[in-house]
Amino acid sequence: MPIDRSQVEHIAALARISLTEAEVEMFGRQLSDILDQFEVLQNLDTERVAPTAHVAGLDNVLREDEPSDSLDADQSLLNAPLRRGNFFQVRAVLDE
Amino acid sequence: MSELWQLSVAEASGLLGSGEISSVELTESVLERILEVDDRLSAYITVTADVAREQARAADLRIASGNAAPLTGVPMQIKDLLCTDGVPTTCASRMLAEYVPVYDATAVARLRGQDAVLLGKGNMDEFGMGSSTENSAFFPTKNPWDTGRVSGGSSGGSAAAVAAGAASFALGTDTGGSIRQPASFCGITGLKPTYGRVSRYGLVAYASSLDQIGPMARTAADCALILQSIAGHDPMDATSLPDPVPSYYDNLNGDISGLRIGIPDEYFGDGMDPGVRAAVESAIDELAGAGADIRRVSLPTTEYALACYYIIAPSECSANLARYDGVKYGFSHQGDGDMWQAMERTRQDGFGPEVKRRIMLGAFALSSGYYDAYYRKAQQVRTLIRQDFARVFEEVDAVAAPVSPVVAFPIGERADDPLRMYLVDIYTLPVNIAGLPAMSTPCGFSDGLPVGLQLIGPHLAEGNLLNIAHAYQQRTDWHRQRPPL
Repeated sequence: MPIDRSQVEHIAALARISLTEAEVEMFGRQLSDILDQFEVLQNLDTERVAPTAHVAGLDNVLREDEPSDSLDADQSLLNAPLRRGNFFQVRAVLDE
Repeated sequence: MSELWQLSVAEASGLLGSGEISSVELTESVLERILEVDDRLSAYITVTADVAREQARAADLRIASGNAAPLTGVPMQIKDLLCTDGVPTTCASRMLAEYVPVYDATAVARLRGQDAVLLGKGNMDEFGMGSSTENSAFFPTKNPWDTGRVSGGSSGGSAAAVAAGAASFALGTDTGGSIRQPASFCGITGLKPTYGRVSRYGLVAYASSLDQIGPMARTAADCALILQSIAGHDPMDATSLPDPVPSYYDNLNGDISGLRIGIPDEYFGDGMDPGVRAAVESAIDELAGAGADIRRVSLPTTEYALACYYIIAPSECSANLARYDGVKYGFSHQGDGDMWQAMERTRQDGFGPEVKRRIMLGAFALSSGYYDAYYRKAQQVRTLIRQDFARVFEEVDAVAAPVSPVVAFPIGERADDPLRMYLVDIYTLPVNIAGLPAMSTPCGFSDGLPVGLQLIGPHLAEGNLLNIAHAYQQRTDWHRQRPPL
């Protein structure tokens, strides 16, 4: 299925990636080619086939809710691009 | 006398234990080998020589005290997708170029618990996405057999290092073939365990339902020793399996008489390099000579695996990589703009083209209006692929096939054509889709380049696969061939 420029821009917005003009062109072409390959799946009748949730059949893995140590603030913030006190510093989220 | 860097893990472990060599001597030998070859290979992103020397001294003390474990003092490389406490873990991405984890991945912690020695971090395709290590944001890893060719991927740095003697062994990861295919291209042995056999805690996530950590080494016996050291349940990974871990190494006996091995017609299709076909067919003859009962089997859903994989893996990728927002860790765009613009620029500049391609493919497959046609359909096809294998494993104990239809290709040959690159992995993808264990063992050469034999088993049949590979390696010397470096 062909992916046009507006679809590429829509997908990029969903993925929160800004693209250059050259990337919009390239990804449009490549994604179209790749999606064409996916058409082969339509040959398979999956009407009554349950989708796979887990390959080994594990489900509802639970544990006791016991408090334990975790990373402290300095460890947690060690790789923060911007830190203020014991917080991650971010750009304004709300309009003034 | 051969050099210490040439020793297998089992040989090194024996000599260390008996006191004939020290870990400091072994580690120095491998560090020198890295200096000698890595400017030609680029197998390492980070070399931790100081850490290695310190750990080697500690390992020697432990051996002297009589408390050695099998991997104590053995020098290893860790793929740069696995978190290492205090050592940069870049995932070969600009996004994490300066990221330093504050904890070890469980598999790494278990090896450190044995006092294995960390040499450094292996180059790879960015976040594990690729088949040639050309998608590393830093540099491609060259194949030790021909430095004009790729090492395979995504664990290419690990495969090249082990093949060249620049590590005694390595930990790689395999989401669609990323251990087996580079092992095949570089002429070493690699094992992708059953999904859940090895904890994924500390493995930077690409496609969580497919990712597994596994050993890359020069022999099947070495892989057995490493696997039993890293496998087993981990409370930090809810998908890790509770089943007890056998002593894979002690169970190796090289006896495969009467073992039923299936040969799937669909894995010998068009587009296969004739040299690969010849090498794999003669390997199958060798297995028959060892007493295996060879049978033809059919896996008719094989042709759907590529499409199934390239919907599921990118979908999980798009969700997993949403975490890179430039706020908590990693690269952060600091120019003008509001929060959303900063995030979009962070991701534009931080990710390479293949990562962006897969994020976008996944975002599309999961998006409103397309979810049923793509993602849900792929998960249904996944069920059919699993059923195919389950049916075959009622008839046979293992399946033998090529790892890849081709041998290592020239650097740049497929880099601009994603679909052509994806086709390199058509025989490894189905295994991840079904969560099965599989191995690659060297089985010959085509035009002077190594060919790998793939062995696939039912869930938790690692012991059987290791024993088949071990039996094969006892009868052949392909795994002993070393590149002329």
